[in-house]
Amino acid sequence: MATRTLEFTFDEMRVNMGPQHPSTHGVFRGVLVLEGEEIKDLIPHIGYLHRGVEKLAEHLSYVQDVPIMARNDYLGPVHNELVMAHAVEKLANIQVPERAQYLRVMASELHRIASHLVWTGTFLLDMGGALGGGSTMFLYLFQARESIMDLYEEWTGARFHPNLVQIGGVRFDLPAGFDRKVKEALQTVRNTVNEVREMVEGNPVFEQRTRGVGVLSPELAQSIGCSGPVLRASGVAYDVRKAFPYDAYDKMDFEIVTATAGDVRARYEVRINEIFQAAHIVEQALEGLPEGPIGAKPPVKAPVAVKAPKGEVYFRVESARGELGAYLVSDGSHKPYRLKLRSPSFSNLQAIQHLVRGHKVADVVVILGSLDPVFGDVDR
Amino acid sequence: MSLPQDLIQAFGVEVNDQGIPYVPKDRLPDLARALKEKGFRFFVFVTAVDYREYLELVYLIRNLDTLEEAFFKVKIQDGETVPTLSTLYEGANWHEREVYDLFGVTFEGHPDLRRILLPEDWEGHPLRKDYPMDTPHPPYR
Repeated sequence: MATRTLEFTFDEMRVNMGPQHPSTHGVFRGVLVLEGEEIKDLIPHIGYLHRGVEKLAEHLSYVQDVPIMARNDYLGPVHNELVMAHAVEKLANIQVPERAQYLRVMASELHRIASHLVWTGTFLLDMGGALGGGSTMFLYLFQARESIMDLYEEWTGARFHPNLVQIGGVRFDLPAGFDRKVKEALQTVRNTVNEVREMVEGNPVFEQRTRGVGVLSPELAQSIGCSGPVLRASGVAYDVRKAFPYDAYDKMDFEIVTATAGDVRARYEVRINEIFQAAHIVEQALEGLPEGPIGAKPPVKAPVAVKAPKGEVYFRVESARGELGAYLVSDGSHKPYRLKLRSPSFSNLQAIQHLVRGHKVADVVVILGSLDPVFGDVDR
Repeated sequence: MSLPQDLIQAFGVEVNDQGIPYVPKDRLPDLARALKEKGFRFFVFVTAVDYREYLELVYLIRNLDTLEEAFFKVKIQDGETVPTLSTLYEGANWHEREVYDLFGVTFEGHPDLRRILLPEDWEGHPLRKDYPMDTPHPPYR
């Protein structure tokens, strides 16, 4: 009887992760190439939320495109409205009154706070129960975010998609007694974030799972086109609000928050500090708010009312995730000929492939979370 | 929205009357290499615009130290291929896949040119101007 030898080679194994997965922040599918527990490679699949916004925009007028854009990045709708409105204003040379500029700054910073609060909450949820019981932190931070949503509800009538920005200004002025409520909400946010920091930072589980995990070098970050907190956590002090100021940002006093480590912990730190910077900007905008009209006259209501001359323009704003750009080509009509959205999540998410190599499976969730992709924004 | 002056001369770039530089497509990788050496390391985006008779590829690369921007275009006919920049700029990888997916432009030398946003069996390229908007498309799910 012939002897048989059994040979085991530990081949690579492929594990599918997503698209439906509670911790992948939406619909992201990654095929993990594993050797044991170690990740050799990750093959990302995106597009599950592709709605063809760019094509849709070609068939709607400029006025209609502004609220449509808000549906892309649903955690920072105002930034998306803003980039579209700005692109049209720059092309059609429409001046925005000063009061509207301040209100725009205030609105986008409030949404930056809200978005970072959601991020911190979901990120800590991703870490699992190790940080004092699953969803505790998540609910704390969502409660704080709710105070900002309440502000929006009172200001614009809508919690989520405020439809605040319109071409030439903003649609709603502040209600009476609003500044007191803003200050209260900001105080709630600051208190909550400080409380969460106390609970989280220094926690050995948190530190071990974030320090040195998913290190992104500044060279690679730039080559990929990462922007926002992801880029700044790698030590590159690039912020659209400082580099190419728009609206009233040149009159605001704030710092570009950076960190040098480039790991998950650094990205956490940058976002947490940005919440405080954003709160500071909101207060300045409230204090310096000039009197005057909030929109260009006459107010734009009819869909065909705005026409942009033939030409093309690229405009960028700093969304909560980074450089959000709109490249707009106009043929002189009331519709865009072509609209390209340069979404920060799309570029940032590309880094995932480079970051997970050599880490364990459980780190994928943390690293993906740290990039803060919003899949409406990635897939457009 | 332009290119550094010395590169315009060195790479045979044609500048049209609106000041937009058009790069000959066979000089594109050399130009990108020269840009990268000059400090243009931040890849912003590449996209395409369909003008019916021809297509234009639009590139934007930025120098984050000086905040200079290199904005240039490549004009191609339908069916022409373009050299890839994804070997120089990591970020071009997904952006070029997106252009391939939505416009049907093939990038020569791209390591992984597949559809990215649409399903693999999708027919047609939706952002082209001749893509019908008023009929259902068969692989629709």
